[in-house]
Order: sequence, then structure tokens, then C-alpha cells
Amino acid sequence: MSGIWLAVVGMLVFFLGYKYYSKFIAEKIYRLDPNYVTPAHRYKDGVDFVPTNKFVLWGHHFTSVAGAAPIVGPAIAVYWGWLPAVLWVLLGTVFAAGVHDFGTLVLSVRNKGQSVGTLASKLIGQKAKVLFLFIILLLVLMVNAVFAWVIAKLFISFPASVVSVFIQIPLAIWIGYSVYKKKGNMLLPSIVALAVMYLAAVVASYVPAMQIDLVKYFGGEGATSFFGLSATSMAFFAWIIVLMVYVYIASTLPVWKLLQPRDYINSHQLIVGLGLLYLGLLFTNPEITAPVTNASADTSWFPLLFITIACGAISGFHGLVSSGTSSKQLNNEADARFVGYLGSVGEGALALVAIIAVVTFFPTAEQFTATYSGFAAASGAGLGVFVQGAGQLAAGLGIPATVASTIVSVIVVSFAATTLDSSVRLMRYIISELGAEYKITPLTKMHVATTTAVVSSAALTLIPQGPRGFGSGGYLLWPLFGTSNQLLAGISLLLISIWLKRQGRNYLPTVIPMVFIMFMTLWAMISQVVTKWAPWAAESDWMLFTFGAIILVFTFWILVTAVAALRKGDQDQIQRSA
Amino acid sequence: MKKKPTLKRLIELYDEMLSLPHKQEVARELRDEDDLFLLLVYSDMLGIPNPAFYYTLELYPHIVEKFHDWHLRMGMEKSPLDGIRCC
Repeated sequence: MSGIWLAVVGMLVFFLGYKYYSKFIAEKIYRLDPNYVTPAHRYKDGVDFVPTNKFVLWGHHFTSVAGAAPIVGPAIAVYWGWLPAVLWVLLGTVFAAGVHDFGTLVLSVRNKGQSVGTLASKLIGQKAKVLFLFIILLLVLMVNAVFAWVIAKLFISFPASVVSVFIQIPLAIWIGYSVYKKKGNMLLPSIVALAVMYLAAVVASYVPAMQIDLVKYFGGEGATSFFGLSATSMAFFAWIIVLMVYVYIASTLPVWKLLQPRDYINSHQLIVGLGLLYLGLLFTNPEITAPVTNASADTSWFPLLFITIACGAISGFHGLVSSGTSSKQLNNEADARFVGYLGSVGEGALALVAIIAVVTFFPTAEQFTATYSGFAAASGAGLGVFVQGAGQLAAGLGIPATVASTIVSVIVVSFAATTLDSSVRLMRYIISELGAEYKITPLTKMHVATTTAVVSSAALTLIPQGPRGFGSGGYLLWPLFGTSNQLLAGISLLLISIWLKRQGRNYLPTVIPMVFIMFMTLWAMISQVVTKWAPWAAESDWMLFTFGAIILVFTFWILVTAVAALRKGDQDQIQRSA
Repeated sequence: MKKKPTLKRLIELYDEMLSLPHKQEVARELRDEDDLFLLLVYSDMLGIPNPAFYYTLELYPHIVEKFHDWHLRMGMEKSPLDGIRCC
């Protein structure tokens, strides 16, 4: 079957989902009111609360939520065959992610533009807020560790991409200064920056001297360098340290200096990436060579698939964006459908093309199966296969395959670096907030909080042991990242359901995906913790076991608290009606 | 009246989408600077001696609206200073 068909079917499902299901949700469930005065108008301050055109807000929302995560998850999940991955991305986007992103936006708009954390304390209780902070803390810790590993791995696999990625930093600082000090426009300088980066990628693809290949510098694959570590381990170690130093500086600088100009350049890259992939798909018309399903999988797809693909099907992180920024800028409540639902559709489209790039890459099904020989092998190789597969699609546009792969790896690294920057910054804020909550004054200081965030993230990235030695096992954390992300999504759906119930409305469209996602997350977590990572299991791993157990405890805790809040709501209603 | 979708308008829209958070951050920095200026102007009322208070008082009519926005933003429904009765 041609990959184009997969894209066509996917787009059709997304279209129908937006056209009919989101309309039903908007009219019958969330009951959007175009005359409702949104927080953007009510609290208009020109900074946080700004009424914004719906197309502009959608673009901003989409570029904020789309990143490397909807690429990494699907690239691993095709291990179970392309059909389960595609079905979960399509149905997850239409029935879960769309409803979740749209719902958190509406919930926040109806509650003064407050974030889901604050709403949790309002709807469930004060204890929930602290619990929520801990869950977000765990999520960002996983994000830091996983994305540091993603970047290190891509730098090692595609050394030609390193120069372009590092050139972006001074270019972004220059743009930040020129815009802030001279009030210039960002569009032209950022396009120039992008051109410089891609030029560097082209040159580095052909000139080995411009490829920063740390494995080679440490003696080549298989060689033993310092402290008895292999060259690959040393390369992982060195890149992770470099990244952590960078991220420390980036997350303590004012956002306009580096983070936002980088975001601006990366938004172009998102458009370039999506354009390259979808146009390349159209021109190359590749055949799907990966099997439809994998009957001989060493790890069952059920329920692990639902946490392996988090972003791209449903992601709790989106709720943070919906309720954190987008809700304060919504011009009209009726726009929430367009911004929230279509934002998640955009992310679904990215995940879909990531799947297509991977499943069309190999010439034969045997080669696919040889690379995706087991779940661990798939987790380690998935991202590299995506980069090469995407490079192959882009090559259909006349770009040489090596250059195309370098550019795609630059794009993925840039996304991952932006996520890393923002999430270390977020982690710093949360540590400070928890420090204030529990009166641990040193934690409220910026450098103490950042050091805590960076050191714990670096440790978490370096501890898991992968097949390529010390520092190469970051992908083992992926299911944990998926779990904490899905858990957050489940809690947000729960909050929306509680709100709908209190309004006396039908809450099934939010409660069904909530129960589904909570059940899958819990099941996946229990089976991983008890049968895989526990001290008595064959693949025992103390660190993964501890983190998994903490996440499990949090899940049960918040569920018990939420059920109590729901029952309390019922009793209040009974008392009121009596 | 709806604007005709031209290439220029499309580019403007694209730029607006991407520069939204940046503009927000610049606006926040400027607002912080304004808040600091407000503090300097009214520092005497807060017990911080300000030799230029007599002159800064002249700014009162120009700044009173900003002061009103400020105390609302800080979560105070009514003016916290006795000397300023903006609401």
C-alpha cells in the first residue's frame, strides 16, 4: 500500500473529527457562547490577557505544543506494526486529544483563565494542587532526561548536524538583541538565520572536518577511552554534560534573549519539516514495507502502545499550554473549538507523517523486522530510522539523501532543545514554588533551583544502562515519560468531567477517554513495575522501579481524592435539592 | 469589512503567529519597568524618602490611571494608598 493513502485516510478522519465531532462537543457538551466575555477581554492588560485573532492563536498554540515528542513515540510504536500506531494516533486525536485540549481551554476560559493546577485545587481540593505540582515536576524531569538523551543520540548518529544546531545559539541571541533593542521585525532575520543553519548543514554533510564526531575523537566505536568507558559512552557523557551546561545558562537568561528567538526560528523549522515530509511523500509515493501488525512481538502492544505514543494521540502537556497561555488570549469563546481541537489535529498530523516516514523507509519487511527485532531495539533505533526515513522522503524533492537526513536531524534536535530549555525553566519554577510551599528557602533561589533541576536531570539521563554502555539508556525512560504525560491528561479530563457534572451536563465524552487513558496508564505501569523493573523480576532496575512506583502512588492518590470530590459534589447537590 | 487574503496579509499573519510570545515578553519587561517607575514616583507615600517627591507629584494626573491598573493587577480591588483615591 502507498504511504499517500495512509495520509489521505488520516486527513479524512481528522477532517470528519473536526467537522462533526468537535461541533457536537462545542454545541452540546461545552456549550460555547459567542457572547461570553472571555478573560482576554475581562482582564485585558496588554501582556497576559490579550484578545487575539483565532488564526494567530491557533498558530501559536500549535507551535507551542508540537515538538519532538510526537515524532519519537510513533517511531518506536511502529514496532507493533503500522496499523495499531495509526489507529491510536487517529482515534486518540479525534476522541481524546481534541476533547482534552479543547476542554482545558474552555474550562480555563470559564474560570478566569486559570491554569489546570489552580483549577485542580479549586475543583478537587488544596491537596490536589501540591500533588499536581509533584506530577508536573516528575513529567518535566522525564522530559529533561529523555530529550537530553534524544539530542545526544542524534549528535552521535548524525555528527553533521552539530554545527548547525550550535550556530543557532549566537544567531538567536543576535535576533533577540536586535528585536528588543532596535524594535526590529523578527521575520527576515529569522529566515536569514534559518538559511545560515541549513547552509551549514549542507556544507557539514560533505566536509568531514565540520562534523563534530565525538565517538571518532574518543578513538572510534568499540575503543576504550577514559575511565574504562567505551568511546560511545564517553561521547554520550560528554554531550549530556555540554547540553546540561547549555541548558543551565539558557534557562536562567531572560526568555527574550535566547529562548524566544530560538522558538521563532524553530517555528519556521516546523513548517519546513511538515512541508518537506508531506510534499516529499506526494512526490516519492513510497510503499509501506513495514508489517501491518507484529504477531511475534516480545512485548505486548496492549496497553504499552497507549503510553508509547503520548504526544500525537493525547498529551497532558497540551492542557498546560491551553490553560496557561491560550485561554488568556482567546478573543471569543466560539474560537476555542478552532484553537484547541485543531491544535491537537496539527499534532496528530505530525505524528502521522512520522509513522509514514518510518514504515516506508525500509526496502523490505525483513529489513524492518531485523531493525525492529524487539521492543528495546525499536526504542533505541526508532528515532534514527525516522531521521533517515524523513530524509528519504525529502530526497524526493531533489535534495540529496545525506543532506536531507542532516537537515531533518537538525530539525528534530532543535525541537528537542527547545523542549529541554522550556522544561528545565518550568522545573526551576516548580522547585521554587514547592520550596515556598514547604518553606525551604534556599530552593526558592534561582540558581539553587536551576542547579537542582539540571543535576537531577543529568543524573537521570546518565544512570540507565543501554546496549551502547553508560549514558545510552535514556530511551528506557520513554514509557515513564509517556505515563506521567498521560496521567496528567487523565487528571485534566477528570477536572473537565467534574466541571461538566457540576454544570449538570453530559460528561460522557470526557469521562470515557479519561477512564480509558487512566486504565491503560495504570495497567501499563503496574505490569512494567511489577513484572519488569521490580527487584524480583528478570530485568530488575531500581531507578525505574522507584520512579514507576512513585507515579503509581500519585495516580491512586489523586484518583481517590478526585472520587471523594465527585461524591462530595453529589452530596452537595442532594443537600441543595432537599 | 473582511481583508482580502493577499500574500502580504498571509506573511503578516504568519509573523503574528510566531511573534506572539515574544511581543508578550517584551510587553512584560516594559510593564515591569513602568512598575519600577511608579514605585520611584510614589516612594514617599510608602515611607521611602524621595527628594524629588514634590516634582513627581506633578505626574499624578498622568499616572493615576496606570496606578489604578496596577493595584487591580496586584489583586487589590481598592487603592491601597490613602493619598490616592482612584476608585
